[in-house]
Amino acid sequence: MTAHATTTRSTATRPTATHSMADALPAALTMPRRGFAHWARRPGQFAVGLAFPVMMLVMFAYFLGGGMAVEGGGDYTEFLVPGMLALTMAFGLEATMIELTQDINRGVLDRFRSMPIARSAILVGRSLLDMLGSVVSLLVMLGAGWAIGWRWHGTAAEAAAAIGLLLLLRFAMLWAGILLALVARRPESVQAVQILVWPVAFLSNAFTSPDTMPDWMGAVAEWNPMSATAGAIRELFGNPGWGGDSWAVEHSVALAVAWPLVLLAVLVPLAVRRYARLSD
Amino acid sequence: MEAAILVEDLRKTFGRGKAAKPALDGLDLTVRRGTVHGVLGPNGAGKTTAVRILTPLPRPGGGRAEGGGPDGAARPDEVRRRIALLGQHAALDEELSGRQNLELFGRLRRLGGAGAARRAGELLERFGLADTGHKPVRAYSGGMRRRLDLAAGLVTEPEILFLDEPTTGLDPRGRTEVWNAVRSLTGAGTTVLLTTQYLEEADQLADRISVLDGGRRIAEGTADELKSAVGGDRVDVVVRDAAQLDAAASVVGMAAHASRATTDPDRRLVSAPVTDRMAALAETVRALDAAGIDAEDIALRRPTLDEAYLHLTGRTTGPAESPAPAKTAEGESAA
Repeated sequence: MTAHATTTRSTATRPTATHSMADALPAALTMPRRGFAHWARRPGQFAVGLAFPVMMLVMFAYFLGGGMAVEGGGDYTEFLVPGMLALTMAFGLEATMIELTQDINRGVLDRFRSMPIARSAILVGRSLLDMLGSVVSLLVMLGAGWAIGWRWHGTAAEAAAAIGLLLLLRFAMLWAGILLALVARRPESVQAVQILVWPVAFLSNAFTSPDTMPDWMGAVAEWNPMSATAGAIRELFGNPGWGGDSWAVEHSVALAVAWPLVLLAVLVPLAVRRYARLSD
Repeated sequence: MEAAILVEDLRKTFGRGKAAKPALDGLDLTVRRGTVHGVLGPNGAGKTTAVRILTPLPRPGGGRAEGGGPDGAARPDEVRRRIALLGQHAALDEELSGRQNLELFGRLRRLGGAGAARRAGELLERFGLADTGHKPVRAYSGGMRRRLDLAAGLVTEPEILFLDEPTTGLDPRGRTEVWNAVRSLTGAGTTVLLTTQYLEEADQLADRISVLDGGRRIAEGTADELKSAVGGDRVDVVVRDAAQLDAAASVVGMAAHASRATTDPDRRLVSAPVTDRMAALAETVRALDAAGIDAEDIALRRPTLDEAYLHLTGRTTGPAESPAPAKTAEGESAA
């Protein structure tokens, strides 16, 4: 009675059951390939995604920048660009969430899940693709910043460290996006997140000094992971920052490393677990 | 009998506490290798849940579900190598072309770049999509999507193919396209588990049919067996004058030796089950003539699967209010 499929067309040449990382990698690498095909199919959409933070940068630099004064008389553009870079990385969460909820909604994720590929492969592939997209976005923003007069004054090693910190923040936000998508599932839910990221983004030192905010808000803004990254890269790029003598301000580089790592330590296991139980 | 799929006393409840709703309430199901097995039931009967546990997406809440190998829950990857799942919605990447979709799934199934490309070409050809393979899926018709979805399931020839309501939402032409595509698979020895709400679909494609209701199997057999369970052949009479419908019903019921004849006022139709076909037909004609009832049409016919279904579940659609009494149409018994 309990006869089972025994002809093994596909298993004959392959190890069964568990997957090693080497096993997961080809599947994971297929995801960026899929993403490139998307970009090629929809170049306009990709371009708008790149242009949006540039537009924000220009708006803040030219429309509002005139009314902003940096402590110690620094140039606002020099101050603003690192903040916008951190903001761009944080907002990347939305793009990740949009893509993943669409895959869930269309059943594509279920199809991936019903295939014999490592559980982590699809999510790792997703994060690889989004990181590549972020590198492109970061380069565009650095170019735009350069064009409006921002410069870095530190060493090349410091600049590289700053870019590393930005990508680390993006990586943490990406997994936040993955987790949110797996929890929310519906593409419509992205809208709520899109609205909620704004207060979180502004409750930071990206545009202005937390010292100018009401006390409790200023404290939240100082400890915002995005502020840590923005503060740290201002230091590394040699751009003007806000003064202030709180611990968070004094140790922004350490915080910019620690915050994303802590977030990742929490978010990645939760996301992988959620993925495994998506349909229970 | 060699079983490709074996399900015993399968249970699954979604939600907790008061909101808990049993989707599967002790389901039994056996599918022989190389056959097409239809799982028929209204919305909420548990069809999709059963397929998802077999594929295996969620873990069962209790019982046994084996498709493609023992203990699917413990070794899901082993099962995933041997099966392909087609869900209710074509699970395709809308932005990519048909060919790119097939290549993507081929790569994920580790055919390699060249292997995936070759296989994509073969499948596009086989499912009549060679000319449209370069277009984005977004531009495909419903039938084309479904065919591509089917092709995506066959990137590596699966031993068992799960089709979950493959023609839901398709127009008649799309449905015919998909049916033809499914028929073309069965010659190759693939085992197919097909869930559907459409009786005609099960009738057309399935070797055997299990009828599900309230998370349990309430009947199983071939389409013919299920139809016979309703009471064999029927005589249909269409009367010319709707006012004579009730009179006709009692005459036909008597003539056919049936306890009661059913009526359909919209179609001016009287229908009754018969045992001796020709005798009942002759008797019906005579009795109608004697009663002075003018008939427009008189015909003998086999019952439709719709009638079998209605007879078994007491309804055509909608979830179960209370578990229907278990009935098993003759055929191979379940245990």
